Amino acid sequence: MLRFSLFRTIELGVKSLLLHKMRSLLTMLGIIFGVCSVIAMLAIGEGASYEAQESIKKLGSNNILIRSVKPPEDNKANNSSGRSSAVEYGITYEDADRILATIPGVKRLVPMRIIRDNVRFNQSNLPSQIIGTYPIYADIGGLDLVRGRFLSMNDETHMENICVLTLSLAENLFPYQDPLTTQVRIGADYYRVVGIVREKSTAKSRAQPGGGNEGQPLDFNVYIPLSTARSRFGETLFKRSAGSFEAERVQLHQLTVECQNESLVEKAVPQIKQILLRFHKKKDYEFIVPLQLLRQAEQTKRIFNIVLGSIAAISLVVGGIGIMNIMLATVTERTREIGIRRALGARKNDIIVQFLIETVVLSVSGGLIGVLLGVVTPIMVSHFTDMKTVITFWSLIIAFGISAAIGVLFGIYPASRAANLHPIEALRNE
Amino acid sequence: MSQTIIEIQNLEKVYATGEEVKVRALKGVSLKIEQGTYVAIMGSSGSGKSTMLNLLGCLDRPSSGSYFLGGEDVATMNDDQLSIVRGKKIGFVFQSYNLIHQLTVIENIHVPLFYQGIDLNDCRKKCEDLAKLVGLGERMDHRPKQLSGGQQQRVAIARSLVNDPILLLADEPTGNLDSKTGTEILNLLDELNANGKTIVLVTHDDEVAERAHRVIVMKDGLIDKDTTRKPSSFLTGQPGQKLPLHA
Ligand SMILES: Nc1ncnc2c1ncn2[C@@H]1O[C@H](COP(=O)(O)OP(=O)(O)O)[C@@H](O)[C@H]1O
Ligand SMILES: [Mg+2]
Repeated sequence: MLRFSLFRTIELGVKSLLLHKMRSLLTMLGIIFGVCSVIAMLAIGEGASYEAQESIKKLGSNNILIRSVKPPEDNKANNSSGRSSAVEYGITYEDADRILATIPGVKRLVPMRIIRDNVRFNQSNLPSQIIGTYPIYADIGGLDLVRGRFLSMNDETHMENICVLTLSLAENLFPYQDPLTTQVRIGADYYRVVGIVREKSTAKSRAQPGGGNEGQPLDFNVYIPLSTARSRFGETLFKRSAGSFEAERVQLHQLTVECQNESLVEKAVPQIKQILLRFHKKKDYEFIVPLQLLRQAEQTKRIFNIVLGSIAAISLVVGGIGIMNIMLATVTERTREIGIRRALGARKNDIIVQFLIETVVLSVSGGLIGVLLGVVTPIMVSHFTDMKTVITFWSLIIAFGISAAIGVLFGIYPASRAANLHPIEALRNE
Repeated sequence: MSQTIIEIQNLEKVYATGEEVKVRALKGVSLKIEQGTYVAIMGSSGSGKSTMLNLLGCLDRPSSGSYFLGGEDVATMNDDQLSIVRGKKIGFVFQSYNLIHQLTVIENIHVPLFYQGIDLNDCRKKCEDLAKLVGLGERMDHRPKQLSGGQQQRVAIARSLVNDPILLLADEPTGNLDSKTGTEILNLLDELNANGKTIVLVTHDDEVAERAHRVIVMKDGLIDKDTTRKPSSFLTGQPGQKLPLHA
């Protein structure tokens, strides 16, 4: 026979707590804020790392990106001498050939030349990035074909004057016409538009020429065959900066090395670095290894979670202590009631259960309200800012479970204090 | 053919107040109380009345001696066993009513049965009947604070009866009441006794003691006088006033 009706005891606990509504609410605040902040912070953290990881994944975890960067010393030396000879730096065609020939596990390479120039059609004149590259760029660079086709090997060998535009550029250049089969002018030459593409993610890291491209819509890209780019634009590029011309000689702006699998990426990176070190006097290149970035992002997230977990644990413990404090006061205040119940047949355990249930009711309802606020807060954050938040189910379970456990943990002491009161002493209490 | 409800022998209670200091509150008391008797315990302050009542009510354990309650040896029981005995065999009426203020009248009456695992819904009729018996049929959903002292004591009496105890213990039940209300409460106790309830009551008041069959006067932890004034009407078979108690 169930000597104790759990449901009635919970009812009794709720009744006792409702007797002091304000006090109960204030007591719950610690747990409410604790639980709410755990869930909200985890959701925001999860959202941030999700975005970071997605954008890194878009770069391709099998890829190694090598970019040409202008060595800073060069810049200075040139200015002080006042001579206007072209600055030469960056990855060369030879580098690309060597990497493909000597590094095991390299599947293919995508070289890129990136030129900033204006694209013209009729009255429109839009500053864009002209990217000279191979047909396989579409695979590796994460492009979706919207219409027409991408560059072909045939275009490459014949140095065709054709181009592929990004969707946003096409929409801006041709608000009324069908862009396919029309021609756009870049510099002095005309290029036939053969296809429209869209980048898979706008957050994708973009190829950037040596200089900045601030203020320019980022996905105004024109893809042309690499051979065409070499012959039409030459190797020396002129840049207008601060009223004076600046010439640079860069063979390749970016080289994407695709490995056969992720484990080969780790091995290939130091080998490529060694080759480049042999043939480059200055460090005029940089590496971007998405796989390593991904690992770093995961590591950062792990640390973030540990820090959050500790803050959450502390705030929940503080909440628990608040509950214990109030329950101790309650026990003192209700000594007489305890004595009465003991006289009327309550065993020590009955008293323990009664007071434990009160603390658990406090902490669990605090936990529930906290979960509610914890779900609403990230939604509000996402709504009013452009931060992405991801509420994970396990964070709800953990936060709620911990709050219930805190109720039990911090309820045991006051409850046993109550139960161990001597009935006569308790009855005598005023 | 009367049954012995209480049988105590050489009951002692020693309170250890300090390291060395010990108070012998009861110094070897022997006593037998038959079923249906109405006993008043009197005596000056500090004579051991409350100690006696606490032991009889199984709220405390004697330091030595034996105590049989309804034939059961309760002197050697542990805390849980004593709780069960209190819940099943004893009804308490206190001087200060001792109702639980967050509960209604009907819920207060139900408390002893709650600890026997009986849900209020399964014994609501019984609790309501008791509330009516003590004249609070109209106030079953009131809270103690909404009741007068006399009414609260009536609730306490109803509560003390809900578990059909073999023994009713009352510690100065009229101590906090004016004389008119006190008389009403005493009349109620008389009626209960007339219907066979064994009552042990502690009082300072001679008038209250008048109503008892037997008066025990205590002094310095011992029984000083033990007088049976009149035979119990229940024992002599004299009909008491009609009470719908066990209808
Ligand atoms: N809990 C206790 N601790 C120590 N001494 C006590 C305790 N309870 C009662 N006493 C002592 O025992 C004696 C009897 O007390 P009590 O039974 O309360 O007498 P009465 O109820 O007749 O006034 C008194 O001397 C009292 O001081
Ligand atoms: Mg006393």
